[in-house]
Amino acid sequence: MPTLTIDGEEITVEDGLTVMQACEQAGVEIPRFCYHDRLSIAGNCRMCLVEMERSPKPIASCAMPAGEGMVIKTNTPLVKKAREGVMEFLLINHPLDCPICDQGGECDLQDQAMAYGRGSNRYTENKRAVKDKDLGPLVSTIMTRCIHCTRCIRFATEIAGVEELGATGRGEHMEITTYVESALTSELSGNLVDLCPVGALTSKPYAFAARSWELTKTETIDVHDAVGSNIRVDARGGAAMRVLPRLHEGVNEEWISDKTRHAVDGLSRQRLDTPYVREDGKLRKATWDEAFEAIKARVERTEGGKIAALAGDLADAESVFALKGLMTSLGSTNIDCRQDGAALDTATRAGYLFNTTIAGIEDADAVLLVGTNPRWEAPLINARFRKRYLMGGFQAGVVGEVHDLTYPATHLGAGPATLSEILAGINEFAKVLKAADRPIIVVGQSALTREDGAAVLGLARAIAEKFGMITDGWNGFNVLHTAAGRVGALDLGFVPGEGGKDTNAIINAAGEGAIEILYLLGADEIAMNDLGKAFVIYQGHHGDAGAHRADVVLPGAAYTEKDATYVNTEGRVQRTSRALFAPGDAREDWSILRALSEKLGQTLPYNSLNELRAAMIEAVPTFGELDAPATAAWGDFGKNGDVSDAPFVSPITDFYMTNPICRSSETMAECSTLYIQKTPRTGTDG
Amino acid sequence: MSSPSTNVQQPESFAFSAKNEKAAKEIISRYPEGRQASAIMPLFDLAQRQSGGWLPLVAIENITARLEVPVIRGLEVATFYTMYNMEPVGKYLVQICTTTPCWLRGSDDVVSACKKNLGIDLNETTADGEFTLREVECLGACVNAPVVQIGNEYFEDVDAESAAKILDALRAGKKPKPGSQTGRSTSAPAGPLTSLTEVE
Repeated sequence: MPTLTIDGEEITVEDGLTVMQACEQAGVEIPRFCYHDRLSIAGNCRMCLVEMERSPKPIASCAMPAGEGMVIKTNTPLVKKAREGVMEFLLINHPLDCPICDQGGECDLQDQAMAYGRGSNRYTENKRAVKDKDLGPLVSTIMTRCIHCTRCIRFATEIAGVEELGATGRGEHMEITTYVESALTSELSGNLVDLCPVGALTSKPYAFAARSWELTKTETIDVHDAVGSNIRVDARGGAAMRVLPRLHEGVNEEWISDKTRHAVDGLSRQRLDTPYVREDGKLRKATWDEAFEAIKARVERTEGGKIAALAGDLADAESVFALKGLMTSLGSTNIDCRQDGAALDTATRAGYLFNTTIAGIEDADAVLLVGTNPRWEAPLINARFRKRYLMGGFQAGVVGEVHDLTYPATHLGAGPATLSEILAGINEFAKVLKAADRPIIVVGQSALTREDGAAVLGLARAIAEKFGMITDGWNGFNVLHTAAGRVGALDLGFVPGEGGKDTNAIINAAGEGAIEILYLLGADEIAMNDLGKAFVIYQGHHGDAGAHRADVVLPGAAYTEKDATYVNTEGRVQRTSRALFAPGDAREDWSILRALSEKLGQTLPYNSLNELRAAMIEAVPTFGELDAPATAAWGDFGKNGDVSDAPFVSPITDFYMTNPICRSSETMAECSTLYIQKTPRTGTDG
Repeated sequence: MSSPSTNVQQPESFAFSAKNEKAAKEIISRYPEGRQASAIMPLFDLAQRQSGGWLPLVAIENITARLEVPVIRGLEVATFYTMYNMEPVGKYLVQICTTTPCWLRGSDDVVSACKKNLGIDLNETTADGEFTLREVECLGACVNAPVVQIGNEYFEDVDAESAAKILDALRAGKKPKPGSQTGRSTSAPAGPLTSLTEVE
């Protein structure tokens, strides 16, 4: 605990801090470009120079450890002159193109030049020009603006785990580049744009779209995966222009995946903005009244047992709660939120949550990944695993498909047989788990969406119990979800009631005619061709598979257009905020269900969102605790049973195409073409 | 050297010759287990010598893959050090030092003499592919300035006249004598002794 004097004030800081961090604690701002909290220290921009007593020269505060008795001065003429000097050198080769630069208005260089720079420039020689690089469809480069802070290189190497960026040449000829014009293959590449302190790396899809000061900023939650990343939606004139990450140490730190960030253009394409009713085999535009009448006419002559409902991956808790209420009052127990047929057990909450919590990964020392590719299913959880790996003393084993996870993982086997071996202690990895203090197991959806899913879940539970993953204060059993709405719907018990049918049974029954009405709440991932002659009501926001099959389409709101509750894979309850209005006649989803229930004579007992939430919290108290990760009690779940030898097959074949929003996004389509289908781009591409 | 221009004709593949392969193995074995990446610079040098004085990208790819280093790190190393040539050079790489001591002793004359003799400018290669002319920073032989490095040899105490002679000899396929061109022994004073004159 060194005590040092900063600008005349004594302060005692923790061990291991740098002078810059000590200054921050003392409330003194130090300008910087290359230093970043979450990256290794480079110390190459020199902007953070401060004066230290008994030092002949100013010191780089970001790289100097705080020491006992140091006397630091940050407001002396020497420091001012040093900053002006550094600033002047940085600006020598930086073009004066702020008016046409996308970073303008939120540029560290611009701000710090104003605050710490000289008023004028003495450099009259030619500036250097650097050829732009091609980093793929998401990151646009104007390399002449680069000040060589190397944040991007360090991010790619350390956080993203793809060593593809580097600095070639040296001195005045230094350039940031990938190896010979190749795109960056990371799901986190969009974060480079946030990290870049100047306008060298900017967002390609957002290029020249808006200025930061014209945007309305709304803090909300992401739904493209089950991580529940905290985001900020920047909107202008009724369109979401971009999505940026918000800091949440427990969830996404300060990163978001490329899908979260760049699927945003999908929100203004393929939208359902008016109700539709199918007449003579074709969907025609209709009014809300006509749509409700068509539903009413059909529901009135159908008994409850022949009605079913499926909740989709993006369904918010409020609408799921309302739909459950409606189905119950219509006398149907055929409801399911697991449209992929995952054998998740709602008997015990701990049985379907990521109990360790995302931040808890940092305390784990061994992980067994079962039927999951976290890099695609939850890139930020994968980034946590990499962070944990970099801390050292961490071992990962994989049962399932082989993927490059950005950290070393031993491939143990392809299917459930390997799990049995581990349980029996005859697999090498059993020793690793046994030796680990805090082992965890992560069960992915590909392990559960199979016929023997319940038995695999049971097997995973047995492994968790046998290898000491469940102890006081530590729960190492984790289910990794891919759908943002899944945990919320499971919490609300949106699963078959007594005598009710589950997803597969509903689809079969619809094909056979035993289910006559099927209500799809944003459910697009089921086999629409197998639904036979069932009357399909689709409520959702995009014209995807569900809307094409539907007999009545009810236009709902996307996640940026409603105040809604989502529960992430950890069981963390978070609320989105409305950043925009839904297009045309589209409405918030819960209100559609409330209006429909009234039309059907089964009025749901709430008139406002607040009343609905109160009812929901009364029914399921966990919804009352916002932003708290799971502390669910351990219990019985899963089944004992025979498992097949079939290997686990990932449910995600294309990271960029997992839900109706990203399937409508041009940017995601471009990424998919480049990274997944690996089609070479031609000269006419962007 | 910075990254190669896209105009450079890169070879299709690279593999060490049998002799160099043996040398490469020996180089790698110098480093302790797990530290094989340290062999990157001597291996690049070996590859450059084998490839006629320059380092093709395929050689970088081959060596980085062998040492389990990301290929971008190899490119960083190769472009950081000026002694790796990323583009083809002539058979004789003429490197004239123009840093202060050599410059004070007349390296400018040497440069213009070489330009005139070879008919090319700095950083150019003669049409027959024999000579590449380059200006370099300190070669570390300031006592015998001006210095010109050609291939692996240092030619010292060079002036315009002797520079032209050396180039003519090389063109004629002869082997000019490296070292001081004025005939002084190693770094002994150029003129008569100025001190210790009374010692027998």
